[in-house]
Amino acid sequence: MDHLDQLEAQSIYIFREAFARLKKIALLWSLGKDSNVMIWLARKAFFGKMPFPALHVDTGKKFPEMYRFRDHYGKEWDLDLRVEPCPPIDAVDPTLPPAARSAARKTEGLKMALAKYGFDGLIAGIRRDEEATRAKERVFSPRGLEGNWDVRDQPPEFWDHFNASPPQGAHLRIHPILHWTEADIWAYTKRENIPIIPLYLAKDGKRYRSLGDQDITNPVASTATSIDEILIELEQTKVPERAGRALDHETEDAFERLRVAGYL
Amino acid sequence: MNMIVTPASPATPNGTTRPQVRIVIVGHVDHGKSTLVGRLLHETGSLPDGKLEMLKAVSARRGMPFEWSFLLDALQTERDQGITIDTTQIRFRTNSRDIVLIDAPGHAEFLRNMITGASQADGAVLIIDALEGVRDQTRRHGYLLHLLGVKQVAVVVNKMDRVDFGAERFKAISDEISAHLSGLGVTPTAVIPISARDGDGVAARTDHISWYKGPTVVEALDLLEPARPLEALALRLPVQAIYKFDDRRIVAGRIESGSLIAGDEIVIMPAGKIAKIKTVESWPMTPVAGRQGAGRSVGITLDRELFIERGDIIAHAGSAPRETRRLRARIFWLHDKPLAKGDQLLVRCGPKESRATVVAIEKAVDPGELSSTENKAIGRNHVGEIDISLSNPIAADPYTDNPRTGRLVIEVSGRIAGGGLVLSVDAGQRAVPVDIVPVESALRPDERSARYRHNGAVVWFTGLPASGKSTLAKALERRLFSNGGSPILLDGDTLRAGLNSDLGFSAADRSENIRRLAEVATHLARNGHIAIVAAVSPAREDRATARRIADTAFREIHVATPADVCEERDPKGHYKKARAGTLQSFTGIGNDYEKPQAAELVIDTSTRTVAEAADEIEQMLKTTGVLFDELVDLAANI
Repeated sequence: MDHLDQLEAQSIYIFREAFARLKKIALLWSLGKDSNVMIWLARKAFFGKMPFPALHVDTGKKFPEMYRFRDHYGKEWDLDLRVEPCPPIDAVDPTLPPAARSAARKTEGLKMALAKYGFDGLIAGIRRDEEATRAKERVFSPRGLEGNWDVRDQPPEFWDHFNASPPQGAHLRIHPILHWTEADIWAYTKRENIPIIPLYLAKDGKRYRSLGDQDITNPVASTATSIDEILIELEQTKVPERAGRALDHETEDAFERLRVAGYL
Repeated sequence: MNMIVTPASPATPNGTTRPQVRIVIVGHVDHGKSTLVGRLLHETGSLPDGKLEMLKAVSARRGMPFEWSFLLDALQTERDQGITIDTTQIRFRTNSRDIVLIDAPGHAEFLRNMITGASQADGAVLIIDALEGVRDQTRRHGYLLHLLGVKQVAVVVNKMDRVDFGAERFKAISDEISAHLSGLGVTPTAVIPISARDGDGVAARTDHISWYKGPTVVEALDLLEPARPLEALALRLPVQAIYKFDDRRIVAGRIESGSLIAGDEIVIMPAGKIAKIKTVESWPMTPVAGRQGAGRSVGITLDRELFIERGDIIAHAGSAPRETRRLRARIFWLHDKPLAKGDQLLVRCGPKESRATVVAIEKAVDPGELSSTENKAIGRNHVGEIDISLSNPIAADPYTDNPRTGRLVIEVSGRIAGGGLVLSVDAGQRAVPVDIVPVESALRPDERSARYRHNGAVVWFTGLPASGKSTLAKALERRLFSNGGSPILLDGDTLRAGLNSDLGFSAADRSENIRRLAEVATHLARNGHIAIVAAVSPAREDRATARRIADTAFREIHVATPADVCEERDPKGHYKKARAGTLQSFTGIGNDYEKPQAAELVIDTSTRTVAEAADEIEQMLKTTGVLFDELVDLAANI
């Protein structure tokens, strides 16, 4: 087994555990490279059929290319797609810096979707290498009743044994690609020929490394016009993946605050 | 977390054949773990360009001497410098190995973190401060390595510069730690004098330690062996789920060890059912040809329809794991409430879960003190050895046979509370699998209960010889039959004349006698009859086994007639013979009868008539749902 085989097998194991041990789960589909890989892995885990919904918590501010991608592949992949809206900006914590506040709409939208469907597990495509607070995550990560994350009291998790009993009314976040890196995602996308949104490829000397809302995501300087070139770029760059995400840079703890409150 | 240091050392490079070794670095706080890690990254050329210069500049600006431990601290704070860090896993390379270094934080919650991180380590580096010597936490970490089954331990004695690189000081520490580890069954692969700050002994033998002839740290890491390849072990495919999304019935799971291919004859444990692998299914291409090995998440179809459930283990016939309801394990305990004898738990062995009872705490140790505490309970962050009995049979391997299936975790209130290694498996009756396909009755239980007006049950009379068990059993049998029920008497002595005639009166034979009685009785109960068992059954554990087998159908009646009354009655003359010494192993004269602690009913026949006792039993069977209080028209519900 090569490195990608190992990553794939581990993720499939996690998907199957989540499906076996939780009652009602959904996969959070943000339309980006990571969640597309997740859907691919889920279809591998369940032999072509993803047996739970794909949930898109929609801020309404994604790029048009992303919406086109969603509408096309939602059908082609035969997904049980649920698109859920987010509350307006004035409904969220006004003490957060502007971009974080904008992002926090998604946390609220997520909470509304959770309440609406009663999911006890949400599959999310975060990776440890993306960002320091994500690195602290468990594979099965319990969330409080408010969707909050208690980083100081996480359950022990070892030998691929996961804690899968959320308290009544609370839910778990399941992270099947926590152990992947950005380069792994691209190498696997290429190997499996998974479709991508063209915004990831360079145009006029710029490309998006990470896709979020239009108003708070910026492209980075790049000449990579293919996945192969992206992989070479990743070997050489010293720019972190989320450099183009405004909310990460507003204040030192903005992202941590968001995550503790339930943000991905 | 992975520290991807670009571009010098990419994470596990694709397509290479370099062995990967996972090591955990442990030791007392401030004995120099981060300094050694910083040094190792530098010496193995794993740092990005300019990193060192930057750190030197930072140190100079603060007016501080350069510290290697700043490197890790800096990695943690400088998140935007093109380096993604993970404080728990750091990758670097030696000449022949890819090393994944797992950092085990040395703080209050260290045990939980260390276990989480180190449970996958192939080897360890244990660090000791030359000035301070072996400390509590050194011993504790040493013990935990032993506990986790980590056998390859390289010891480094750090800060040798603080003891003037004295060979004698080194030898004293080396002897002490070697003796400690040897006592745990771990032989250090090397004990290395170093000064991590200055680099002595890390990648080079310097003049300071010219008296030392052993390997450097980097050389010692180069010597660590990767774990035995799992593919070389017997096939173990724990079943995660059975999917039927289309016309295929796919058994899904991850191959923990060994390998499989379509056409293999397999056995499904613990039931021991046999089948052949028809196909190995996959997506987007299916089926898959070729052998699938350990680590793969697969899906297989079988050549016949069998009842398989999550937690079953698929193996090759001939090398199947043992089926058991009893195992011994060495565990670490993370829960606030100490683990005590008699505790009810949930045990997970792979995807299999079973309720379990702690039969005995055989050892309880504070890994810091290494003193065996009383064998009553295992406290938080302590370790110990326990004997557990399981309510469902499971298939398990001892850890020494298979590290993947030979480990378990313990859950309390839905949260992992501990874990450990299976030391030994008390094999059940089906250790050698056979082609068994149980045949279900043509009748449903409710059809029978509609006719008999009772549910199936096992009514178990226990008590001293001559206490009145058989008398009461027969009275009950007569009464139930008169009311249209279907009672069947299973008298211990009667069954010993036939079914159990191969059994004697040793403790093991007595246990087996009870087990067979319970199996037969349970079979009758499942088919709607009331099996009335009258057997001395002196051992509490044997009766507990019977209760586990019969489960919710079990009703225990303790015939608690005083011993002197029993001896006086002596209808079979047994007491007389036993007193005369001509009857060995007779329960009653000795003190080997263990009274039930929670029987459904206790009856003293010296103070009751048989009819009164039968009334009481009937009442108990009504209140516990065996007999229907009133005539229920069950037929109408069918």
